[in-house]
Amino acid sequence: MTLYGKGLRALTLASIVTITVALVLVFFYAPLDADQGFVQKIFYLHVPLAIISLCGFVLGGLLAIGHLRTGDRIWDMRSYVAIHMALIFGIAGLISGSIWAKASWGHWWVWNEPTLVSFLIVLLLFATYQPLRFSIEDPERQARYASVFAITAGAFVPLNFIAVRLAQQFVHPRVLTLGGGNLPGSMRLTFFVSLIGIALLYATLWKYEMTAKNARMQTRRLRRRLMGEDAVRPLGRSAAPS
Amino acid sequence: MITLATSPALAPGKAAPYVIAAYVVFLAIVLIYVAIMAKRLRSNERDLADLKREVEQRRSVEEEQRDRETVG
Repeated sequence: MTLYGKGLRALTLASIVTITVALVLVFFYAPLDADQGFVQKIFYLHVPLAIISLCGFVLGGLLAIGHLRTGDRIWDMRSYVAIHMALIFGIAGLISGSIWAKASWGHWWVWNEPTLVSFLIVLLLFATYQPLRFSIEDPERQARYASVFAITAGAFVPLNFIAVRLAQQFVHPRVLTLGGGNLPGSMRLTFFVSLIGIALLYATLWKYEMTAKNARMQTRRLRRRLMGEDAVRPLGRSAAPS
Repeated sequence: MITLATSPALAPGKAAPYVIAAYVVFLAIVLIYVAIMAKRLRSNERDLADLKREVEQRRSVEEEQRDRETVG
C-alpha cells in the first residue's frame, strides 16, 4: 500500500518557506518595471500559476498513460488529482491575469489576444473532464474514458502553446523565452523562486489530496470487510478506487 | 475589436489595489480548497471512529461469548 502522507510535512514546509521567500523578493527586492510599474508584480504570481497549471494538465495525461498501460486505477486517481489541481491553479491564473489586464489594458478580458484565448480554451477543455468522467457510472469504464481524454487533451496543451508562440502578432508580454527571457537578473531570480514556490505548492496540494483520497479508500475497504457490502455508501463523485 | 497598446505605468497608489486583489484572490482560492479538504478529512475521521466503535462492540460481544463458554 502506498502511503501518500510520507514526506508531506517536509514538502509543506518547503512550500511555505519558498513562497515566503518569493513574496519577500517580489515586494522588497525586484525592481519596479520601467513600463508597467507596480502592477507588474502580478506577473510573479500569474505567470507561474499559468505555467504550473499547463504542466499539471500534461502531467495528468502522462499519469493517465500509466493507467492505460497497467490497468491499475491508482494511476487514474493520480491523473484525476493532477488535473483537478491544475484546474484550480488555472482558474487562479486566469483571475490574476484578468486583474492585470484591467490594470494594464483597462479591460478585464480581450478576445483578440491569442495567449489569453488559447489559455481559456485549454481551461474550458479540461473543465469538461469532470462532467465527462462522472457521467459514466461503471468505475472501470469511467477510469478508462477519463484516461483517454486526459492523454488526448494533455497532448493538446503543448501543441496549443507552440501554435500561439508561432503566431506573428504578439501583444501579450513575454516574460520568459527559450533564449533566457528578457528579464534583468533580479527580476529573473524573483520569477524563478516564485515559479518553484508555486510548483512546490502544486506538489504539496496534490500529495495532500492523494493522502486524503487514499485514507478514504482504505476506510471504505475496512468498512466493507468488517460490515459487508451494504454498509458502504455509494461512492458518488469520486475517482478513488473502491 | 479592442486595440491593445502598451499603457503607461500606473502610479503605485493606483496599482496597489489590483496587485493586492490578485494575491488575495489566489490566497482565497487556496484557503477554500484547504477548507474543503479539511471537511472531507473530518468526515473520514468520523467514519473511522464509527468503525472503531463497531470493532470494539464486536470484540466485547466475542469476549462475553467466550466467558460464557468457559463458565458453561
